[in-house]
Amino acid sequence: MTRLLDVQDLAVALPAAGGGTVPVIHHASLHVDEGEIVGIAGESGSGKSMTAQALLGLLPDGAQVRGTARLDGTDLLALRGAQWNTVRGKQVAMVFQDATSALHPMLTIGRQLTEHMRLHLGLDKRAANRRAAELLDRVRIPEPERTLKAYSHQFSGGMRQRVAIAAALACNPRLLIADEPTTALDVTVQAGILELLDELRRDMGLSVLFITHDLGVLAALTSRSYVFYAGRVMEQAPTTDLLLDPRHPYTAALLRARPHADDSWGAAGTRGTHALTTIPGTPATPATAGPGCPFAPRCAFREDRCTDAPPPLLTVAPGRGAACVVQPDLHEVPA
Amino acid sequence: MSFEVQRPAPVPTDASGDVPEGPVDRRTARALGRRTWPQRLRVPSVHGIWRQPAVVVALVIVVGWLAVAAFATLIAPADPIAQSPDVYAAPSAAHPFGTDELGRDVLSRVLHGARLSLPLAFVIVLGSLAVGGLLGLVAGYLGRVADEVIMRVTDLFFAFPQIILAMAVSAAFGPSTRNAVLALILVSWPTYTRVIRSAVLSIRGSDYLAASRMLGVGPVTALRRDVVPNSVGPAVVLATLELGNAVLMLAALSFLGLGPRPPAPEWGAMIAGGSRDLSMWWVSVFPGLAILTVVLAFNVLGDALRDRLDPRHAKGLS
Amino acid sequence: MTTTPPSGGAPARDRWRGVTHAARYISRRIAITLTLLLGVTVMTFLIVQAVPGDAASANLSETALNDPEVVAAYRAKWGLDQPLPVQYWVYLTNVLQGDLGISQQTGRSVLGDLLTYVPATLEIALPSMLLAVVIGTAVGLYAAVHHDRTGDQVVRVGTLVGLSTPSFWLSLVVLYVFFYLLGVSPSGGRLSTWIVPPERVTGMTTVDAALAGRWDVWWDAVQHLALPVLVLTTLTVAVLTRFVRSAMLEVLDADYIRAARAKGLPERTILRRHVLRAGLVPVITVSGLAFASLLSGTVLVEQIFGWPGVGQYAYRAASGLDMPAIMGVSLFVALVYTAVNLGVDLLYGVIDPRIRVS
Repeated sequence: MTRLLDVQDLAVALPAAGGGTVPVIHHASLHVDEGEIVGIAGESGSGKSMTAQALLGLLPDGAQVRGTARLDGTDLLALRGAQWNTVRGKQVAMVFQDATSALHPMLTIGRQLTEHMRLHLGLDKRAANRRAAELLDRVRIPEPERTLKAYSHQFSGGMRQRVAIAAALACNPRLLIADEPTTALDVTVQAGILELLDELRRDMGLSVLFITHDLGVLAALTSRSYVFYAGRVMEQAPTTDLLLDPRHPYTAALLRARPHADDSWGAAGTRGTHALTTIPGTPATPATAGPGCPFAPRCAFREDRCTDAPPPLLTVAPGRGAACVVQPDLHEVPA
Repeated sequence: MSFEVQRPAPVPTDASGDVPEGPVDRRTARALGRRTWPQRLRVPSVHGIWRQPAVVVALVIVVGWLAVAAFATLIAPADPIAQSPDVYAAPSAAHPFGTDELGRDVLSRVLHGARLSLPLAFVIVLGSLAVGGLLGLVAGYLGRVADEVIMRVTDLFFAFPQIILAMAVSAAFGPSTRNAVLALILVSWPTYTRVIRSAVLSIRGSDYLAASRMLGVGPVTALRRDVVPNSVGPAVVLATLELGNAVLMLAALSFLGLGPRPPAPEWGAMIAGGSRDLSMWWVSVFPGLAILTVVLAFNVLGDALRDRLDPRHAKGLS
Repeated sequence: MTTTPPSGGAPARDRWRGVTHAARYISRRIAITLTLLLGVTVMTFLIVQAVPGDAASANLSETALNDPEVVAAYRAKWGLDQPLPVQYWVYLTNVLQGDLGISQQTGRSVLGDLLTYVPATLEIALPSMLLAVVIGTAVGLYAAVHHDRTGDQVVRVGTLVGLSTPSFWLSLVVLYVFFYLLGVSPSGGRLSTWIVPPERVTGMTTVDAALAGRWDVWWDAVQHLALPVLVLTTLTVAVLTRFVRSAMLEVLDADYIRAARAKGLPERTILRRHVLRAGLVPVITVSGLAFASLLSGTVLVEQIFGWPGVGQYAYRAASGLDMPAIMGVSLFVALVYTAVNLGVDLLYGVIDPRIRVS
């Protein structure tokens, strides 16, 4: 498989209230291959959405971004101002968490589907409308022709998200960044959207960077995943391996804290217990984490060396990495 | 923003692991997917407001004018109502601001004008705050019929431009200082009612208050402990902004001859006096500047306070 | 404001519901306006009651008061010997028939006076409003886009100064500068004294001059308009700009603007199509409110520029304690104000698809 997006050492800091900056991402590296759906999982504040925004240059004014993000050889992070417009929408498209607020309330669906098509693909109004109707049909919206003349408030949440996906796909982007696109939706509607994304990958060879806090969604959709914590990549692995055999204490703790009847980790684990465990302590943020491993204060396997320096992402198996210097046997939970 | 940023806490927290978090820019907080609403409802602080140079300047101006009002008799070079044959004297060493059509010293009149405008503005604001605030609390907290009736009455008042209503009322009462103040209270209270009511409503609808109700906190306790303190921010902001407005409106009424009676050195009335002969610019320019500085200072303070205290109006929607 | 609940089905199915929804919205707005106007008459009625002594003594000129017959006729006409509710009813029926009483100062009917003076006020109020909306929207948008940068700071300070300036004082200052010092402006009035006014058609001198094809008169009228319009525009721009700025800031922060950016649209297109469109609704709302503050402004500004409009009429009425005239002006202004607000509400329906007839 060819590599589509290669992010190296991404670091982001946002402006703080009293001057200065707050770090939100520390040296995160990740990649997406063509036709692959890659997941980024993490709690709120872990920097996963910031990663998405950094990749499209949508960070707030005054944000500092370092590192590289190569898309087919172009470094996205080196783009400035209007240069972004050759990438946004055309090469990389984005679907937002809340389609209700991501669709303009006072422009027709048709307008919002075709405006970038006409710009990037040079289509005339009729051709753009025809393509928009096809796209709506593709994302299974009934009566596409009529929908083009409608406004977003006339649709349900799930339908709006389908419209937003259609708008994102309008210019045949290479990469779709989906920032928690199903979080605001009901579970059944959510399943429909996930199915749609997988279908688009199969049929159109779409690559997706899928951001979520829901490990179940991760399992259902992605082939490979990154786990973020406090602005760092804690673990990186094929999704099945990650969920069945986590190698980072944080991933393991997350899985244990999951209220699931058929908890795969619990079932595969030695204890076979279904008891819900919580992670002690407060989630760290990139700004509050100490010099060492950000998870160290809450980690059951903590050793003294953990707090010295941030652990590098160590290769623990072919194609797998975990940012943990201890590498404990996670099946043995210390009392 | 000085608000404590809500910590993302999907897992039960343990206070010992609590690391203090620095203040985060509003946009940053939003970008991080956090809400800038305080973790617990509480009266937000004005901490750090003094770092803005405009606020410091405005405060100096306000304090300066208050001092002038307090000590006008000591600092004014002349009696503000003493006439002299030296009419329409241009500004000079003897009369820095010149003299008016009756030979009165404009500087002394401007300084003494602060003794009228400032205290009266405070009386107007406190009066409207007392009336409007109380009605707003009642409307917001009781809701239903009380709310409906009170809000329809405020609608009625908002159908009249303030100055026209104030003019009609003070004309009806008969022109005097007291009636001008009463008229201005009568036309300004509805603004307070609306603001306080919406503050109360937003607190009443909060999960926080619902939670405290479930814990058995009585309505009166809730009113005293949560609703009133949380309405203080918007009330303070509005009152500060309205101080400026009160000074302006009072001056306007006096300009129309509906305020303090001559020869009282009211700024608006002085401007009216100066409008008789344009070439004697100093007669109206200086009282106008006095109004401008006072009102501007109150507005700057009110704006800065609003950015701090009133999240709903943090962007200046008034 | 009400929004339709999201419906899962195709929009076409909502079409009929949309029509009834819009009809209900419009009739509701009109009903609210009518109730408000009724309330306004109650209020003006009550204000007259506040006048110390007899309403007759407040409403009749001194010469009329000396004539017992006139006083008796007046009492009978306004039902002054009846209980208050009956008096109000009499007042209301008189007002509804357009009888607002006789002005003590002009000796003419208040309604007739209003009809004479209103066009003059409109002649300065309308251009000021138009200019203020255009300038305020442009400057407010500029400040919002340059949030917290120098341009924005300048706009914030400038608008605060504008808000803090007494209108009557500003009028004197511009008059001093442009008339007394520079001599480029007339001192006041609607036309130079040597010009024969054009035939009265609309009552607005510029329009009447244009209708009569007297362009020299038109130009003279425009010169007379300039300063009052300048003052009113300045004050209204201050109010509008601040509001537009904050409304646009909110829009710029919205997800749909980020979504538009993520689509790779040029910034200029985003501002023109997306930001302005969404910011239009709050701008229209506040324009309605600003119109009220502009009308208030005319009271003082007209006085200084000797502009024979409703504002000056109100001023004379207030300073002469001419109660019928004051009541008439109050009623009139409240009527205009509620009408403007009704217009704003209906305009919403045209602009915002969430309300519009589909």
